[in-house]
Amino acid sequence: MTAIDLDTTKLAADRLFQRKRLMGFSIPAVILAYLTYIFFAFDLPGLAERANMDNAVTLVSDSWSHKVHVTRDNRSGEISYAVEGERKGRYPEGARPAWVTGDEVITIDLGGDHIVRYLSDNRTEIEIPDFPLIEVQAEGRALTTNLPDDLPDWISASNRRIGITTPEGRITLTGARTEVFNYFPGWELFWFTLDSPYHGQSLSKILFGERVDPVRSNISGAISDWWNNAMWRHKDVAWAIGETILMAFLGTMGAAIIALPLGFLAAKRFSPIMILRAATRRLFDFVRGVDALIWTVVLARAFGPGPLTGALAILITDTGTFGKIFSEALENVDQKQIEGVSSTGAKPLQRYRFGVIPQLVPVLLAQILYFLESNTRSATIIGAITGGGIGLMLTQAIQTQKDWEEVAYYIVLIIAMVMFMDWLSGWLRGKLIGRKD
Amino acid sequence: MVDISLSGAPQSVQTIQSSYMAQVQRRRLYSGLTLLIFVILMVSGFNIADDRNAGGFWNGLHQVGDYPADVLSEAWKKRADLPALMVKYFPALIETINIAAVSTLIGAIGGLFLSLLGTRGLAKWPRLIPLFRRISDIMRAVPEIVIALVLIFVLGGGPVPAMIAIAIHTAGALAKMFSEVSENTDLKAVEGLSSTGATWLQRMLLGVLPQVAPNYVSYTLLRFEINIRASAILGFVGAGGLGYELRNAMAWGPGRFDEAAAIFILLFGTIVFFDQVSSRYRNKLTDGQTH
Repeated sequence: MTAIDLDTTKLAADRLFQRKRLMGFSIPAVILAYLTYIFFAFDLPGLAERANMDNAVTLVSDSWSHKVHVTRDNRSGEISYAVEGERKGRYPEGARPAWVTGDEVITIDLGGDHIVRYLSDNRTEIEIPDFPLIEVQAEGRALTTNLPDDLPDWISASNRRIGITTPEGRITLTGARTEVFNYFPGWELFWFTLDSPYHGQSLSKILFGERVDPVRSNISGAISDWWNNAMWRHKDVAWAIGETILMAFLGTMGAAIIALPLGFLAAKRFSPIMILRAATRRLFDFVRGVDALIWTVVLARAFGPGPLTGALAILITDTGTFGKIFSEALENVDQKQIEGVSSTGAKPLQRYRFGVIPQLVPVLLAQILYFLESNTRSATIIGAITGGGIGLMLTQAIQTQKDWEEVAYYIVLIIAMVMFMDWLSGWLRGKLIGRKD
Repeated sequence: MVDISLSGAPQSVQTIQSSYMAQVQRRRLYSGLTLLIFVILMVSGFNIADDRNAGGFWNGLHQVGDYPADVLSEAWKKRADLPALMVKYFPALIETINIAAVSTLIGAIGGLFLSLLGTRGLAKWPRLIPLFRRISDIMRAVPEIVIALVLIFVLGGGPVPAMIAIAIHTAGALAKMFSEVSENTDLKAVEGLSSTGATWLQRMLLGVLPQVAPNYVSYTLLRFEINIRASAILGFVGAGGLGYELRNAMAWGPGRFDEAAAIFILLFGTIVFFDQVSSRYRNKLTDGQTH
């Protein structure tokens, strides 16, 4: 008997080992096979062709640096200086960067012995070390140059357009205009635009020095100029972040308020009518299954783009999620407390208030706070679709494909915002229901 | 002693009662105030959101049903075409599911390493624990759309940007959940293994993973549900899949509502299907744990 037992046990153990060994190899094999399938299904070999590395380089270098444009309009001969070439970043009349000198001949010193001279009659001279002096003459829409035929790869030239890229800066010449881009690290004009009197003043001077602007006190003037900075739009950005958090807040809290009574309807213990219970549950499944994306699309048709649409989309989707969680929590409520309360002669409403709610609150609050944080992220995404909040500003900045420093700024702000909400919800959770351990 | 307590008893009951009542009152006041602040926040928040919305809430409320009704009525008129349209969009659906599956897979592997490297007692380099935790915090905080949009600019449209974006977020999110689980692992197995001279990888693979696998798989399945939704949404901003087709069909407007309806149905069915399947498996996994 025992020998047979031992044999069968051994056989079973052997089989178990074999199965485990098979699993140990088959799971990685399946994963590998799937990844191989994806490799071709997503056309990863073709990705290298589609990828635009120039875009990547522009993106990375622009996100931490800025450029100042020195532009000569070849028709009027007018020369303008502007940060990022934007109207809002234009140097005021009569002012120009220190690395530009001369009146008749405008000399632009890009640094590292790279010098560009704007001469009269739309002529341009470009001095680059270890390269012969480049001379360009713009006439009408055409360019004539002394460039040799075999060009290094940092120069691209045709008779309509010449582009020169050096480590110190970039020069583009066309018949209509001559432009020099000089690159500098940092986010220029982040604090004050050039038309603000506070631009270029030190912090200590603004805080403790004499009045810079005779009309306003330094601190209030500086804050208002910073707040209304046309280049970085701090005011709009703050509003956008507020909108995003508002969407998350309204959506989460609204969903919780609606889901709580519905959760009672869906819980077996509190809702004796089977059909009603099943109907409520299907409703939860339905609103959850339709998903925030489709709700956003549908609601945007009715309410137009904006934070309210986003808030409602979050609200509807999360009503389903919360309803499900709440009804599950309600089913797991301990009967003893309710019995205890009803033994004192409590009416049904009082039984709910003192027997059920206290058991439910910790679960409820923990979920609501967790969703508040995760919905901040959803609100950013929904904002990008429906048009509201920081998500919209980010998509717009990315779609213009030039303000990468603004994109970097928004990304930093979004991460900070989500981390702040994460911290806040953790802190509130600790305050309201105590630490978990 | 007895005297004191006898004479003190009625007094102390009274003080206890009055202090209890005072406490109750204070509690009521506080919870009333909290409720008031909450209501004010909700109402004013609603008004601000309503103000900044393009269309007002009360004007739009009766139009909510219009768009679904238009879509449904057109789809109903062309209901004969619906199966064909669903077949047409089936590859897009597969792409959406694939994006979610691959990113969940890669994210789970990444999250696994991040969590093991960021858990006290398990980390390979204990000094770098804060670093790995910050990394996973940041990866978790980045919304998928941020990375997706930037990558679409560099890599062009298609499933790859969405896949990378969702994988990064998933790794961060799972790292947090995993490390909550692995903090509670029994270290005896790890110690036993290290006494045999096992390397870090072997200790993790043989000592920790078997303990935490059910929970990890359960969290990963939950994440997969979430990622299907995320991958549909990212499609909407140009990352391929069903979301992309949905946007195109919607941009067309009336006349192609039948296509929009077919996509709606596919998306809805997929989400519900995977929700059900994954929740069944998750229940099974966590059930097995209690035995």
